[in-house]
Amino acid sequence: MRYSGLKVFTEGLLGNRGWKPVWRDPAPKASYDAVIIGGGGHGLATAYYLAKNHGLTNIAVLEKGYLGSGNIGRNTTIVRANYFLPGNSEFYSHSMKLWEGLEADLNYNVMHSQRGLINLFHSDGQRDAFARRGNAMINQGDDAILLDRDGVRELLPYLDFDNTRFPIYGGLLHPRGGTARHDAVAWGYARAADRRGVDLIQNCEVTGIDIANGRVTGVQTTRGAIRAAKVGMVVAGRSSQVAAMAGLRLPIESHILQAFVTEGLKPVIDHVISFGMGHFYISQSDKGGLVFGGDLDFYASYAARGNLPMVEHVMEAGMTLMPMIGRARVLRSWGGIMDMTPDGSPIIDKTPIDGLFIDAGWNYGGFKAVPASGFCMAHLMATGTSHPVAARFKLNRFATGHILDEEGTGSQHNLH
Amino acid sequence: MRLTCPFCGPRDRREFHYYGAADYLNRPGPEAAASAWDDYLHNRDNPAGVTQDLWYHEQGCAAWLKVTRNTVTHEILAVDAVAGGAA
Ligand SMILES: Cc1cc2nc3c(=O)[nH]c(=O)nc-3n(C[C@H](O)[C@H](O)[C@H](O)COP(=O)(O)OP(=O)(O)OC[C@H]3O[C@@H](n4cnc5c(N)ncnc54)[C@H](O)[C@@H]3O)c2cc1C
Ligand SMILES: [Zn+2]
Repeated sequence: MRYSGLKVFTEGLLGNRGWKPVWRDPAPKASYDAVIIGGGGHGLATAYYLAKNHGLTNIAVLEKGYLGSGNIGRNTTIVRANYFLPGNSEFYSHSMKLWEGLEADLNYNVMHSQRGLINLFHSDGQRDAFARRGNAMINQGDDAILLDRDGVRELLPYLDFDNTRFPIYGGLLHPRGGTARHDAVAWGYARAADRRGVDLIQNCEVTGIDIANGRVTGVQTTRGAIRAAKVGMVVAGRSSQVAAMAGLRLPIESHILQAFVTEGLKPVIDHVISFGMGHFYISQSDKGGLVFGGDLDFYASYAARGNLPMVEHVMEAGMTLMPMIGRARVLRSWGGIMDMTPDGSPIIDKTPIDGLFIDAGWNYGGFKAVPASGFCMAHLMATGTSHPVAARFKLNRFATGHILDEEGTGSQHNLH
Repeated sequence: MRLTCPFCGPRDRREFHYYGAADYLNRPGPEAAASAWDDYLHNRDNPAGVTQDLWYHEQGCAAWLKVTRNTVTHEILAVDAVAGGAA
């Protein structure tokens, strides 16, 4: 069923009785040309682009829970292309272009909203660093505008500009940055992949990876064995467990990241605001809730909930930046499991096992990456070579020293 | 979360700094192969369940501690001093 304005209108008149489930619920076949482990944003996008760009349709996505039950439905939905390092810059730029055509491509409203992202700075040194980053973004073909203090004040009059510890000197505006509806992205890719014949198999946990003579031959699942000559591991926070089924030990430590949402309020925050020095960022959802978060809890964890010290820290940072939110009531908080790499950048690569591929290490920034990650993982699985914009996301880059340390803090597990 | 420091007793999580997996205790010798250094610095078991990692009692006695804990439940099973301990 194609969605259109006319369809919405006629369904409205007919009591909305004509809507059908938007994807099938097939039983797993005994074999596929390729299977993707993980039905999050990256897994579903990989399946979609395998079908669309490479004509591979005898494929399946195997998801242990329901589609979109992982981080794709738990993130704070920021979409941006403001990276600095060659290797990251062209990848996120590619992703942004895919975002901009995504709704038409998928025939699905993912509520992509380019409301502008503002990164605040608080010293001369930080201003220089952001000016340099802005130039790198412009060189990449994306957009950036360096705002002075008055420029920020015009857009965000409600901030506390004179905080003694972090007075606001200005901000880097990325006009094409913004947000999207997270689970709509999963649903949109799922529906579009299903329409191209991809089997989306839910409640199907992969429990083993079969390997013979250094080649992958299939997977064991809670719904039986499935043969496949190509297998993609796209399981975000669970990457270490799934890779261990193939005897691999990854440069990944799983950490917890929390987020928060308030009750719905009238429109008050028009942009995405990032207060890096305070470890705080915020935007307002279309429903009106203030959606905000901060840094990792900073210890390895698989609990999908965090600890109170970080809750306190995030609230304090929010109150420091914009005291006006103090009366808003927090509705709920939650956590997601982040696949952290030592340098904070992802991996899209082959593994030492023929036919086994990995897409992982998305850290706290994998939502905006969903389109390009799926695009490049599909390219890799179909052609056996890295897509040029993802060519530096190598699994062995820590051993070879080709790290991608965007923050410039070092290549060590507790630093990103 | 609270950790019971063997020297200071039960203390709030805020007093401690997390360093990383206890793999950091097994530093390879200077002659070790590059792959041993890669394993030491980067590759991790990263278990969902019982793990051992290193914490620093930054705002307490400044001891390095080896903590045995469950990454799924956040339950703390043991806290031992690294120095002089059976590391
Ligand atoms: C609080 C929070 C805020 C965030 N904010 C942002 C943001 O603002 N912007 C941004 O760009 N990114 C953000 N992120 C990061 C982003 O959400 C993740 O990087 C991204 O969603 C991870 O990729 P995914 O969608 O494929 O993961 P997931 O949705 O977690 O998909 C992985 C899937 O694999 C499945 N799986 C695991 N093991 C198995 C198995 N053995 N067999 C079968 N299936 C399995 C899981 O059930 C899961 O559905 C945030 C994350 C969190 C937690
Ligand atoms: Zn102590």
